[in-house]
Amino acid sequence: MNLTNALEIVRLTDVGQKRDHNEDAVASDAEMGLLVLADGMGGYKAGEVASEIAVLTIVAELKEALLDFEPGQVDAVSGMQAESLLIIDAVAKANESIFTVSQSQPQCAGMGTTLVVAMFTNDKVLVGHIGDSRMYRLRDAELTQITEDHSLLQEQLKSGLITPEQAKVSNNKNLVTRAVGIDETVDLELHEYEVQVGDIYLLCSDGLTDLVDDDEISIILAKLNANLEAAANQLIKMANDNGGKDNISVILARVTSPFGVEHGWYDKFLHWLR
Amino acid sequence: MAKLIFSLDGAFLGEYPIDKERMTIGRRSTNDIHIDNLAVSGEHASILTIGNDSFLEDLGSTNGTIVNGKPIKKHVMQHADVIEFGKFQLKYINELAANMGSGGVGADDFEKTMIIRPSAMKAAVPASGESMKPQAPSSPPAFATPAPVAQVALGSIQVLNGPSTGKELVLSKALTTLGKPGVQVAVITKRPQGYFITHVEGQNHPLVNGESVGAQAYSLQDHDVIELAGVKMEFYLSKT
Repeated sequence: MNLTNALEIVRLTDVGQKRDHNEDAVASDAEMGLLVLADGMGGYKAGEVASEIAVLTIVAELKEALLDFEPGQVDAVSGMQAESLLIIDAVAKANESIFTVSQSQPQCAGMGTTLVVAMFTNDKVLVGHIGDSRMYRLRDAELTQITEDHSLLQEQLKSGLITPEQAKVSNNKNLVTRAVGIDETVDLELHEYEVQVGDIYLLCSDGLTDLVDDDEISIILAKLNANLEAAANQLIKMANDNGGKDNISVILARVTSPFGVEHGWYDKFLHWLR
Repeated sequence: MAKLIFSLDGAFLGEYPIDKERMTIGRRSTNDIHIDNLAVSGEHASILTIGNDSFLEDLGSTNGTIVNGKPIKKHVMQHADVIEFGKFQLKYINELAANMGSGGVGADDFEKTMIIRPSAMKAAVPASGESMKPQAPSSPPAFATPAPVAQVALGSIQVLNGPSTGKELVLSKALTTLGKPGVQVAVITKRPQGYFITHVEGQNHPLVNGESVGAQAYSLQDHDVIELAGVKMEFYLSKT
């Protein structure tokens, strides 16, 4: 399935004001309808190695896996689009690569990366994430956070130890509880959502969300939705104006037309039998 | 350890580590932080530090103590707060990587994302929850979290032609869009460096003083004339 005409994608990454190198990595493929964003961590320049491996591996693995893949199939176990299995495999592969390098190269020891990956297929979006990089959706001028961070802060919030007000000033913002490449296996949280024409999806690293609050993101996306590039630029400028203490990455994707899979005669026949 | 960065009009003068439970700021040389300026009172303010939290208190100074542009009497210091005394500033930096308890975490690693293992986390959730209580009172204190924003004179635009001639719009928001959706839209953004106009949609880019601004953000100057879909507007900064 070629989604080039169904999606408008803009991606942007910026080193910020305080760091001397960028440990974030972003990629997108309009044809596959794939967005990938990773925020690397650990060691001298090892973070950017981890995020780069993650992004490159996932894009390459999925590209290959989708070559002779029939879209529109449903995985009987999870009830999700069958592409979900490909995403899980690709992320496992990326985890393995990063873990192997970090075990064999002393200067890369302990490196890892957060990840958020979105794949559009059959009028749905499959969203997988690990760590505190996020996906948001703007629909009918309302911004919703789709992913829930795997972070200590989120755990504390969920268990009621702290209130959202206290969370805003917490000093534990930068602790993630899950990351790609730090263990032999990794647990990808994956969900499927229906998409509507006009939806805007935002993938971002914590360099944005730590410095620009959700209301501001919502205003920027709603006001500048006619020009995604201007919106992406504005998000990054705002994070930089507020201190730019971390690398800032955003991927914006707008759904411009439906992309459901036309069912073949066999599917229709099966449907008729039921 | 937290510290204060001392500067004059943004120019770096020095830094003070917060290494005492109580530190005083004032014009007299007996103060821990001594600012020799007539705008500063002899004993101007004090900083009391308990654990990782610092509390700033004005000691009844003549000109008052300003934090992030607002006068305060007492204030719970947050990372990146800016205390102003006339033209001098003290910026509060709290490199709190120490609460990781994992050793070997340098100040440089502060703010960097780190992984916490599930096993370590089980211990960390209740532990950090307890240490959280004293530093996070249930009634939210005056969180002055927004990073210090340089004072920007407030901008406005006034329509110069057409049916709405004379109409004024104050640019108080971070983002103001102008024009007709689907025809021509531009956005004026308010940033610490001033006001910028950027093209959003439409075939034509906005004109400033008769020249197209192109696709990039354009820095607006006092009394620039903006033209958008035939409507001329003057941008001006209010004198404050």
